[in-house]
Amino acid sequence: MIQFNQVNKWYGDYHALVDIDETIAKGEVVVVCGPSGSGKSTLIRTINRLEAIESGSITFDGEDIHRRGVDLNRLRSRIGFVFQQFNLFPHLTVLQNCTLAPIEVGGARPAQAHQKAMALLDRVGLAHKADAWPAELSGGQQQRVAIARALAMEPPVMLFDEPTSALDPEMVGEVLLVMQGLVRDGMTLVVVTHEMGFARDVAHRVLFMDQGRILERAEPHAFFNHPQHPRAQQFLADIRTPFARAP
Amino acid sequence: MLDLIHDYWLYFLVGQYPQGPLGGVAVTVLLAALALLLAMPVGLLLGLARVSTIAALRRPVTVLVYLVRGIPLLLMVFWIYFFLPTVTGHKTDQFSTMLIALVVFDGVYLAEIVRAGIQGVPRGQYEAARALGLAHRKAMRRVILPQALRSMLPSLVNQFVSTIKATSLGYIIGLTEASFIATQVNSQVFVHPTAVYLLLSLTYFVLCFGLSRFAFALEKRLARRALPHMARSPGSPTASAASNA
Amino acid sequence: MPGFDLPLLLHGQYHDWLVAGLLVSLKLAGLTIACALPLAIAVALLRLSPHRGLQWIGASYVELIRNVPLIAHLLFWYFGAPELLPDRVKERLYAGNYEFVAAAIGLTLYAAAFMAENIRSGIRAIPAVQFEAARALGLGFVAAMRRVVLPQALRVTVPPLLSQTVILWNDTSIATVIGVGEMMYQAARVETASFRSAEAFGFVTAAYLAGSLALTAVAGWIHRRWPVRTL
Repeated sequence: MIQFNQVNKWYGDYHALVDIDETIAKGEVVVVCGPSGSGKSTLIRTINRLEAIESGSITFDGEDIHRRGVDLNRLRSRIGFVFQQFNLFPHLTVLQNCTLAPIEVGGARPAQAHQKAMALLDRVGLAHKADAWPAELSGGQQQRVAIARALAMEPPVMLFDEPTSALDPEMVGEVLLVMQGLVRDGMTLVVVTHEMGFARDVAHRVLFMDQGRILERAEPHAFFNHPQHPRAQQFLADIRTPFARAP
Repeated sequence: MLDLIHDYWLYFLVGQYPQGPLGGVAVTVLLAALALLLAMPVGLLLGLARVSTIAALRRPVTVLVYLVRGIPLLLMVFWIYFFLPTVTGHKTDQFSTMLIALVVFDGVYLAEIVRAGIQGVPRGQYEAARALGLAHRKAMRRVILPQALRSMLPSLVNQFVSTIKATSLGYIIGLTEASFIATQVNSQVFVHPTAVYLLLSLTYFVLCFGLSRFAFALEKRLARRALPHMARSPGSPTASAASNA
Repeated sequence: MPGFDLPLLLHGQYHDWLVAGLLVSLKLAGLTIACALPLAIAVALLRLSPHRGLQWIGASYVELIRNVPLIAHLLFWYFGAPELLPDRVKERLYAGNYEFVAAAIGLTLYAAAFMAENIRSGIRAIPAVQFEAARALGLGFVAAMRRVVLPQALRVTVPPLLSQTVILWNDTSIATVIGVGEMMYQAARVETASFRSAEAFGFVTAAYLAGSLALTAVAGWIHRRWPVRTL
C-alpha cells in the first residue's frame, strides 16, 4: 500500500530522515515509536506530502506520489490524517467539519454528505454532538470528531500523528477504543504513538526509530520482549524503569 | 440647553440638506463609512505585501507605513488640500480631500489588522484542510479566511471608531461635518458655548462608545467559539509542533 | 510648477515663522508629556484598585475622553470652559496666551487616557502567579512589586508608551484649530502669504518625521537593550 524507497530528508543541515526503506501492506497496523526528535512524525507526514523529501521515492497504492502531474489533493483525500492537536475547524460545527471535504473535494450532495457524516459520528460515539461547536467539546471528543472527519472521504489508509499525546490521561482510552474499532474493520493504520499498550495489543508490526533511521522492525511480542538493537533496548528500559539510570 | 437642542438638532444632524449640501453628523458617519469601505481593498493589498516574501513588494510598503504613521493626519490633509491642486490643476473639494486622506490613513492601519488576522490563524488549520484534500484556494476560502475575518472584526469596528474621530479634522479645511456645524451654531447662538460643545462631545461619545461596546461584545462572542491557539504562542508548553517528533 | 525654493526655508521671515512654530510644538509636546504621565499612572492605578467605586471613576475617565475626538476637546476647553468662569477671569484668560493653556489641558487629558490604558495593560500582562510566587518566597508586598512585577511590567509598557508619545507629537498639530502658533499654524500662514505650499509643508513634514522616527528608534533601542523575557 505504502512504500518508502531510500527516502532521505534534510532540514537545512539536519538529516531528519536517513535512507528509509519500508513497505506497509494493505490491512497492516504499524506503530512507529522512538524517542523525541527521532523523525517519527516527519516520516508519516511525508506520506501525504505535508513534508517534502530530498531524495528517494514514496509510492502509495502503486503510484509515485512525487511524480509530475500527480493530483495532490486527490491523493490527500485518499489518505486520512489525524493530528496531535486535532485541528478541528472552530468556525464550523462538528457535523460541518465532517461534511466539508466530501462536499468540497468529493463533490457529494449536501444531503448525502450529511447522512454519511452522521453515520461516522455515530461510529465514534458523538452523533449527539453533531450541531455542537468544537470549542464546546473535550479534547477526547474533539479527537474522535477529527477521526470521523478523516474517515468521511473513505480513505483506504489512516495516519495518526501522536493522536493521544495532547490529551488528559482519562480521555486517552476513548480515542484508542475508536482506533481499535478501525482495526477490527480491516483498515490500514500507521500510528506514531507513545502508547505502548496499544502497540502491544493492536499492532501487527512495530517500527523503532532514532535519529532519522528505522533501527528495528518486529512484531510487538518480539519487540517488547526481545529487542535486538541496543538503542531499542535502552528506550524500552527507560520507559519501564525511568529512574534506574546508572550515574 | 434644551432650547438649543430643540432649535438646532436637525441642522446638527444633516446640515442644510435638502436645501443645501449634506452636513453635520450625517457627513461624519458617511465620510467615515465610505473611507473605511474604500480602504479595505487597499488595506488587504498592503497587508498581503507586508507579509510577502518578495522584498520589492514588502520594502516600499514598509516605508509607506512608517511615513504615514510618522506624520500627523492633518499634515496629510494639508498636502492634499493645498499641494495637490498645484499638481493636478484643479482644486480638490473638502469632502474628497478628507476621503483621500482617510483612505490612505485607514489603508495603512487596516494592512496591519489584515496581517495580524491571517497570521493569527494557527498553521495546523491550514495543514488539516490540505490533509483532507482541499486545494490551496479552497483551504483559504473555507478555512483560513473565515477565521481570519472573524478575528479581525473587533479591530475593524475599532478602526471605524478611529475614523469617525478623524473626520473631525475636516473642520479645519471647512468641511461641514459635525464639529464645523457645532461651531456654526455657536457663532449664531453665541452665549452658550459650553452647552454647544458639550453636546458635540456627547454626540461623539454616544457614537464612538456605542461602537466600541459593540466591538467588545463581538470579541467576547468570538472568544467563546474559538479554540485556544496552542501551537502559535512561543511561550506555551504545548508549542512543540506536531512535526517535531 | 516653480522649483523648490530651499533658501526660503533657511533664512528670512518665513524661516523665522516656521522655526517659531517648531519651538511652540516642542514646548507643547514636552509640557503635555510631563503632565500626562503622572495623570496616566494615577488613572491606571484607579482602574487596578480593588475598590469598585475607584475602578469606575478610572474607567469613566478613560471612556469619556477616548471616545471624543481631540478637536472637540480643544474646542470645549477654549470656547466652552471659560464661559463657566466669572467674566473678569474670562477676559484675563483670553487677553493672555489662553489658547496654549487650553491646548495643553486638552492634550494632557487626551494623552493621559490612552497612556493609562497602556500602563494598565502592561501591569496586567504580568501573570498574577509571578506576584504569588514572590510572596510565597517570603517577599513583602512592596518588595514583590519592586523586584518582580514592576521590572517586568516596565519593559512591557515602555514601547507602547513611546508609541503613544509619537502619536502625541503628531497630535500637537491639532492645536492649530484654536489658534496656537505651532508648526501647522505657521505653515498655513506661510502658504497663504507666499503660495509656496511644498516648502512650507516640506519643512513641517521633515520636523514631524524627525521626531517620530527618533522616538521609534529610541523605542527599538530600548527593546533590544532591555528585552521582555518571557518563559
